[in-house]
Amino acid sequence: MTHHLRADVVIVGGGIVGGSAALFLRQAGASVILMERDRPGSRASGVNYGGVRRQGRPPEHLPLAQRAHALWANLRSLIGEDGEYVRSGHLKLARSAADMASLEAYAARVENFGLGLQLLDTADLRRLYPMIGDSAIGGSLCPEDGHANPRLVSPAFSRAAAAAGATILDRAPVSDIRITPEGFHVTSAQAEITASAPVLINCAGAWAGELAAGIGDPLPISVIHPLMAVTEPLPPFLTVSIGVEGGGVYGRQVERGNFVFGGGRGFAHPKADARSATTPPDFARPERQAALRLLAQGTGLFPALQGCTIIRSWSGVEAETPDHAPIIGPSRIHPGLFHACGFSGAGFQIGPAVGAVLADLVTTGRSVTPIDAFRPDRFSSPA
Amino acid sequence: MSLLVRYAEQSRPPVHFFLDGQPQTALSGDTLLTAILTCANRLRQTEFTGENRAGFCLMGACQDCWIQVRRGTGPVERLRACSTLLEEGMSLSTSATVPPVMTGAAS
Amino acid sequence: MTAAATTSLRPVIVGAGPAGVRAAVTLAAAGLNPVLVDEAARPGGQIYRQPPAGLTRPPEALYGFEAAKARAIHTALAPYAGQIDHYTETLVWNIEHGALDLMNRDASGQPVSTVLPYDSLILATGATDRILPLPGWTRPGVYTLGGAQIALKAQGCGIGKRVVFAGTGPLLYLIAYQYAKAGATVAAVLDTAPFVNRIHALPGLLACPDTLLKGLYYTAWLSLHDVPLHSGVTLREISGPDGTVAALHWRDAKGRDRETACDGIGLGYGLRSETQLADLAGCRFAFNDLHRVWLPERDDAGRTSVAGVYVAGDGAGIAGADAAEAAGERAALALLQDRGLPVDPTRVTALDRRLARFRRFSSALWTAFPVPAGWAHDLPDSMTLCRCEEITVGTLRQTVRTDTPTELNRLKALSRIGMGRCQGRMCGVAAAEVLAHETGRPVSAIARLRPQPPIKPLPAATLPAPVSGEDTP
Ligand SMILES: Cc1cc2nc3c(=O)[nH]c(=O)nc-3n(C[C@H](O)[C@H](O)[C@H](O)COP(=O)(O)OP(=O)(O)OC[C@H]3O[C@@H](n4cnc5c(N)ncnc54)[C@H](O)[C@@H]3O)c2cc1C
Ligand SMILES: Cc1cc2nc3c(=O)[nH]c(=O)nc-3n(C[C@H](O)[C@H](O)[C@H](O)COP(=O)(O)OP(=O)(O)OC[C@H]3O[C@@H](n4cnc5c(N)ncnc54)[C@H](O)[C@@H]3O)c2cc1C
Ligand code: FES
Repeated sequence: MTHHLRADVVIVGGGIVGGSAALFLRQAGASVILMERDRPGSRASGVNYGGVRRQGRPPEHLPLAQRAHALWANLRSLIGEDGEYVRSGHLKLARSAADMASLEAYAARVENFGLGLQLLDTADLRRLYPMIGDSAIGGSLCPEDGHANPRLVSPAFSRAAAAAGATILDRAPVSDIRITPEGFHVTSAQAEITASAPVLINCAGAWAGELAAGIGDPLPISVIHPLMAVTEPLPPFLTVSIGVEGGGVYGRQVERGNFVFGGGRGFAHPKADARSATTPPDFARPERQAALRLLAQGTGLFPALQGCTIIRSWSGVEAETPDHAPIIGPSRIHPGLFHACGFSGAGFQIGPAVGAVLADLVTTGRSVTPIDAFRPDRFSSPA
Repeated sequence: MSLLVRYAEQSRPPVHFFLDGQPQTALSGDTLLTAILTCANRLRQTEFTGENRAGFCLMGACQDCWIQVRRGTGPVERLRACSTLLEEGMSLSTSATVPPVMTGAAS
Repeated sequence: MTAAATTSLRPVIVGAGPAGVRAAVTLAAAGLNPVLVDEAARPGGQIYRQPPAGLTRPPEALYGFEAAKARAIHTALAPYAGQIDHYTETLVWNIEHGALDLMNRDASGQPVSTVLPYDSLILATGATDRILPLPGWTRPGVYTLGGAQIALKAQGCGIGKRVVFAGTGPLLYLIAYQYAKAGATVAAVLDTAPFVNRIHALPGLLACPDTLLKGLYYTAWLSLHDVPLHSGVTLREISGPDGTVAALHWRDAKGRDRETACDGIGLGYGLRSETQLADLAGCRFAFNDLHRVWLPERDDAGRTSVAGVYVAGDGAGIAGADAAEAAGERAALALLQDRGLPVDPTRVTALDRRLARFRRFSSALWTAFPVPAGWAHDLPDSMTLCRCEEITVGTLRQTVRTDTPTELNRLKALSRIGMGRCQGRMCGVAAAEVLAHETGRPVSAIARLRPQPPIKPLPAATLPAPVSGEDTP
């Protein structure tokens, strides 16, 4: 027996994006139903690296990242816990003169965005960060970037939304969406619920492309599986979150002492329940060669890690777009439909601001933060 | 003070090692765990509460016996005490407070 | 070896205990060239574990009644030395896309990881103690029952001078006997299973009369030597000054609070299978009501849901050493059958009959020595449940209140239970019981922890070896 619910907005997906959209829409007075396949924050949002970083994002992304930065500052009042969020600083390392030049060029390009970047030469680096190996010759520090625990932060957004009056339906995979002149009728056969609303927001993460295609509004989304590993707990040796110009490896030491680091890719979990050939898997696994390469990268950057052990590795399921920029904004086909997906490995930091932007769009028709770079219709002919 | 009690096979040749800097003697064929716990009452201290631990399963399952070891002048390694045999001259540490930067980075 | 490399992939067996060794020699006898991998330096597995070189007690002193079987397992590989490659001191840390990842150390101590592809795989990974914590269980001086036995067997050491063995299961009596014989004072054997369970289990136990008799012998011997034996007890707390072990507090079957002074405690509630590799290999699992754990699904010969992957011995469900030998041989015969190679049908029938008998016996053992009912009921919030991450029962309860997790992996993500070095080997059973109790759901509905590579800690300095696949790691 299917229950019918009605609201101003239905959100599909309870990651950090869907959860924060639900929270801000409630704060703006809209009634909200959020439908999540599993548990809130159980996918990319709950298993990511936890980097809360603006440095390195393209200039046109920075207004959104800055809005998020302000929201992270008030995380506790927003979601009721600190989620181990710290403004530790984010240090991006250069391993060659060319890399250093590109860090310098970036610093110049984003000078007016208020990141407060500090360029460090080799002598600065050795003095301030003796734990970093000799392969790094300089770096760029963003003192107010930081990191947080995604396992705690992301579920808390949906929990806060529920506390603010949103209806959060978990274990409610959306199986059908019908569009009528009155709006969207979103059904979860498993949860025996149909939710109707004039507004639908697609926050379905790696599954957003499938959802969009299912209602005739295809988006060019592919799926990636970033790879992570973690050491046993170690005595404190590193405060900043580390990245490397050109990529390859990034790492941070968490409050409990474990060194969490990432780089390379995993693969789709072979056991993934195959809902259909085109459905991304629910889980991903580390890939052996990438994992060993990651270890070499980590110990190369931090000689101190040579003597310790890795206790776990994992991967996640994340959406990527052709230009690595997210898709945020109204559908070009269905009035009332908004997409917020395709975060291409960098949606955790901006997630809260994406929710705020979605609330703007739904309740006022426009975003106070520039989001032109993220227009869903920017891909000339989607696949 | 010791935790383990030797009941058999006590006439094996001695092996010398350092425990937290102090010279100690154990027997050939001893694991690191046996060597330490026949002359001390803990293997390590936990990272979060500092509680003493002395291993638990002795079969490589619980992972509660990883300690810091240095062979000669080599780098500090972490080894599983219950499944690693003692070697002459090893330095074993039961303390968790040695920051890896100061020890492991030796080169 | 180079000859083999030019032909096809080889069958691989993980675990050189009774199951793995029997599987290896069965394959070798049929003309195959299996690879046998084990973390240990010498064959034998848990029960027939061999002490390191330098310790010289004969098998009779180490294994008692089982000495002949132990000797047979230790020497079984030698005649096939040219055919079986035995990779010792080699950890299997991952399985991916039809190949194992092995880690061992080269002559200089450098950890090296090698990819070993297989065409068929027999997982004979054995078991470790099933642990249900009690307050004080992380103190130095408290060991698993298995650990207490290994100290004695492989190192000639005991876990104390005055020792209590507590929990349940047949090993309780065996190990108490071994300690008493070695010269330790066994202060008490405290069995949480009510004695009447053993009477109910008697018909099933008669399926293996020899084993039953041995069990009765140990119990009788202990009684004769005035070792206090109590059943139907409730274990309450371990206490002592400055975090040491000085006493075990327990409640007897009549509900009276008692206390036994001791300086060492062996704790265990039977065994739990090591199933991480079967999980990574993609085998389907099913909840086993009797063992109260998830086990790889298999047919009576050991075939899993994945073609070419077999499980045998205690790693496929606890049944003991003799059963492990039979199961290892049976899985190897299944592998041969599946390849269309000839096998002796009378041998298959005989093994199937033996294995059926062992299954009856092991079911009866779980009846005789069950997990204590209602264990999760009275735990204090302050008790550490996860010894790696030092997570308390109170933290789990708090997590259940804020998020209502209904399965173990969610509880893990939010509370860190099972996230530490042991990946839940020690706390997983207990955490499932607590979560089931707190949410009012059956343990079968709680799911199991997803294993993640490396299944045991891997040195960060591990380097990849060239992907040759066929040569020694
Ligand atoms: C390993 C890894 C490391 C990363 N590191 C960082 C980092 O350091 N910094 C950073 O900023 N970003 C990082 N990211 C990216 C970041 O995690 C993601 O961009 C972000 O979490 C995306 O949030 P989301 O809410 O869109 O997606 P998700 O968290 O995946 O949420 C989507 C939700 O939709 C649900 N869903 C899908 N289909 C349906 C359906 N039909 N019905 C109901 N529900 C459905 C899913 O179950 C899921 O919970 C990383 C990602 C990964 C995987
Ligand atoms: C301490 C202990 C004492 C026991 N005593 C008795 C007894 O007295 N009588 C009795 O009937 N039963 C006893 N048992 C039960 C015992 O497990 C079985 O009887 C028998 O040993 C099972 O044989 P097996 O071959 O299945 O596994 P095991 O003998 O446990 O052998 C498994 C082998 O696999 C190896 N292994 C596992 N995982 C990996 C990996 N990832 N990489 C590399 N190697 C791996 C292990 O090192 C081990 O050598 C005991 C069990 C334990 C744990
Ligand atoms: S004591 Fe359990 S792994 Fe060493």
